[in-house]
Amino acid sequence: MLPNGVQALNIGLAGFADPIASAGAAVLNLDWRPPANADAELGMLIARLEDDPDDAIGGVVAAANRSALDRLLGASPFLVDVQPAGTAIAGLTGRMLLHSGPPIAWERMCGPMRGAAIGASLFEGWASTPEEAEDLAESGEIAFDACHHHGAVGPMAGVVSPSMPVVVVENTAAGNRAFATLNEGLGKVLRFGAYDESVLERLRWFRDAFGPTLSATLAATGPIDLKSITAQALQMGDEGHNRNVAATSLFVRSIAPTLVRTATEPDAAAALDFLRANDHFFLNLSMAACKATLDAAHGVPGSTVVTAMSRNGVDFGVRLSGTGDDWYTAPVGVPDGLYFPGYGPEDANPDLGDSAITETCGIGGFAMAAAPAIVRFVGGTAADALNYTREMYRITLERNPAFALPPLGFAGSPTGIDARRVVESGVQPVINTGIAHKLPGVGQIGAGIARAPLSCFADALRGLAAKLKVAA
Amino acid sequence: MSVVRQRVFRNAYRDSVELMRIAAEIERLPGVIRAGLVMCTPANLAIVAEAGLDRGLDPAAGPNDMVVALAANDDAAAETAFERAATLMRGAAAEAAGDGHRFVPTTIAEAVTELPGLNLALISTPGTYAAAEALKALKRGMHVFLFSDNVPVEDEIELKQLGVRKGLLVMGPDCGTAILDGVPLGFANAVRRGGVGLVGASGTGLQQVTCLLDAFGAGVSQAIGVGGRDLHEEVGGLMMLAGLERLVADAETDVVVLISKPPAPSVAAKVLAAASAASKPVVVNFLGGDADAIRASGVHPATTFEDAAQTAAALSLGAPPPQLNDDASDPAAWAAGLAPGQDRIAGLYSGGSLASEAKVVLKGLLGADAAAQQEIVDLGDDEYTVGRPHPMIDPRLRMEKIEEAGGDPRVAVILLDIVLGYASHPDPAGALIPAIRAADAAARAEGRGLAIVASVCGTPNDPQGFDGQRSILADAGVHLAASNARAAHLAGLVAQRAAMREVPA
Repeated sequence: MLPNGVQALNIGLAGFADPIASAGAAVLNLDWRPPANADAELGMLIARLEDDPDDAIGGVVAAANRSALDRLLGASPFLVDVQPAGTAIAGLTGRMLLHSGPPIAWERMCGPMRGAAIGASLFEGWASTPEEAEDLAESGEIAFDACHHHGAVGPMAGVVSPSMPVVVVENTAAGNRAFATLNEGLGKVLRFGAYDESVLERLRWFRDAFGPTLSATLAATGPIDLKSITAQALQMGDEGHNRNVAATSLFVRSIAPTLVRTATEPDAAAALDFLRANDHFFLNLSMAACKATLDAAHGVPGSTVVTAMSRNGVDFGVRLSGTGDDWYTAPVGVPDGLYFPGYGPEDANPDLGDSAITETCGIGGFAMAAAPAIVRFVGGTAADALNYTREMYRITLERNPAFALPPLGFAGSPTGIDARRVVESGVQPVINTGIAHKLPGVGQIGAGIARAPLSCFADALRGLAAKLKVAA
Repeated sequence: MSVVRQRVFRNAYRDSVELMRIAAEIERLPGVIRAGLVMCTPANLAIVAEAGLDRGLDPAAGPNDMVVALAANDDAAAETAFERAATLMRGAAAEAAGDGHRFVPTTIAEAVTELPGLNLALISTPGTYAAAEALKALKRGMHVFLFSDNVPVEDEIELKQLGVRKGLLVMGPDCGTAILDGVPLGFANAVRRGGVGLVGASGTGLQQVTCLLDAFGAGVSQAIGVGGRDLHEEVGGLMMLAGLERLVADAETDVVVLISKPPAPSVAAKVLAAASAASKPVVVNFLGGDADAIRASGVHPATTFEDAAQTAAALSLGAPPPQLNDDASDPAAWAAGLAPGQDRIAGLYSGGSLASEAKVVLKGLLGADAAAQQEIVDLGDDEYTVGRPHPMIDPRLRMEKIEEAGGDPRVAVILLDIVLGYASHPDPAGALIPAIRAADAAARAEGRGLAIVASVCGTPNDPQGFDGQRSILADAGVHLAASNARAAHLAGLVAQRAAMREVPA
């Protein structure tokens, strides 16, 4: 009666599979547990959103996700230039600062983000003292908006001001562009809320020398293929978020000969010295490449694919391709990790930054299998690294053929987070992250692994269901 | 003095049946007075509280957490019990997780990626979650066998309407058995394959008919369960009609059997219209329903499950099937030892449809007196299965009831069904023997006789062994009938004799 014979899926009592197998039929046991954390109503909502080509809702969702995934997997991010943010980013004018995460007002900002805003105000010359900068922000003289609203992404506080140089990444497949500031390295840096003279001095050097040097170099090299660098780096022990030493080296190798030919000797020496000492330089390139990729996948009505996960140190926010500009937020927690000597969880700021764009794009924590060294931050083993990636396959729709993971038999990295799968399985997306001190200016005090809160994804699905007019 | 202790296992989902099995084993440990293992849903926690096992329970325990709650003689006994529970849980988890790095799917979406040819989902989750799983399976193009009960009828209607639109079967909810292309699903028996295709709204009814077909030398092409509500007015017989259509189209099927309790009149009319239009002979058993209406529509009526099996076997084999043999002794003699006042039948059933059939048979035999002379109980009914497994798996409740009946001076006959097959208790006859002997001894001690009549629903290829199960019963003095209808009839004869004897001369 069944053309290919019974091929059964057993959901519930495991013993029911035995007679089926004994009869010679194929049977697969599901390791079932109540979906959506035993919220039956939410579980039914997921069932209504499930793929089904014959169904008004399921057909739309399946086709929308296919379209979003094709755009995501087909993206080709190239580094084309380095320009002042005010020139490159539309809408960033006057006394305006961009920040990481979902939108947040000055009153609610965490310490490191406030510190970075103070530093940016000093750097731009809007204020001459930190107190003046705080007064400006408090009196509403500074406009704030989320990086994500402007095609930009920033690590940690993610503060971008008009004079800061940003990398310009173009997705040549769709023509869209994304932006990120230049990575400052470790120690006292603006992104962790530090704003002393050494921080401002580095920002001025970025603006006056390093940025223009890179711009001139890129004009001579032509666009640099970032997807290719990430793919290679994943074979070399990077995961594209917390470990970038291979990608940074590959990037430097691709620009260094041209850089020394196009720049003055002092500028070239300073640039190469800086790059040599900053293992994380590629992080911001990786982030901008991921942002250019995911923005291309954003805006497909009905799609449950996650196109942004981000934190502002207070809220964790999620966007879906199919829910437009809406953010779905939940309070963000402190990452689980290791601390530098003298610091502990009580000093930590809740998780911060747009860098989870890498996980959203299928690298970072999702590609942990490529970078077993990372799991040592949480006391894990190499086997744990593989298991993090294996777990992420449960909540993603594709294996990105461009990003092969050698320890998993060169399987593609888990890509295209499906909010339905996250909520149904309760598997929270894993995010590799640095840990910032909660006070501005102290800087990084550790690194570890965070998990995205489930409620954002549940709310996002409810938002999508409302748009699709799905009955409860 | 005793202690109440709990241990919470975080994010450790287990099916309630498995938990109850573990609880039963824990409760047998020395020093353990009472044990409960439940997922920490509000409803389950209420049960734990009612059992007095909640004192000191961690209030943070949630629906994905499992708690072992104990009353024990002392902490040492409790600790031993917790360790044993953990070991039993690990064993089950290891089995579920498979070896090392094999990917074990947790959702239907993962499963279809793993095995893209999946065409059937068996769902036996708690009822609260079953409709969502069924909906996902249908949307992924799978037929659904829905064993779960407590699924709202609105969900059943939605699922079945979707199944009709997609050309997929929705067997259930509360569907106990099916056989598709020779593959047994749920509580099915190991029957011969052959030309009889069945659609049934009753689980043990389907089991009885398929087993008797086997006994008559015929075989089964397909047995499609549809769940007990399918022929209710609001569901409209959607799946019986869909099943009939499939069997008519099925090349292996030459005779069709339809089984249900009497349907809603509008549904009966639809089903009979479809049956009379079918290009294959159709046998219809609407248990206790109107045989004339069935005959009038040009199909073959059958009053009992045996009748249905016999009629279908004759049509399929082209010749009358051989006779079945009951216990050779005379039921009149069984009544000889009964004391005055002993004239009642205690029917203690594990199969709901078999209980219904017994009522129909006894009503036919005893007429208006039937109600006064019998108490037929379906121990698988919801009122008896709250917080414990079905009596086809767990014999404990039936054992209690048998012993009670043995001590009841009015009871002349205990009437039993013994259901074999996959997923049933591994030795259902043997499990009841201590209770049967105790009942017999109790009656004898008070100078009463007691007749125990049973039928075994099974086949020689069932895992429990048909002949072995019958021998166990016969050795304990149980009178065996070849079918449930015959067992009920024999019980009725005994009760009739006993009652006649009491009529004043």
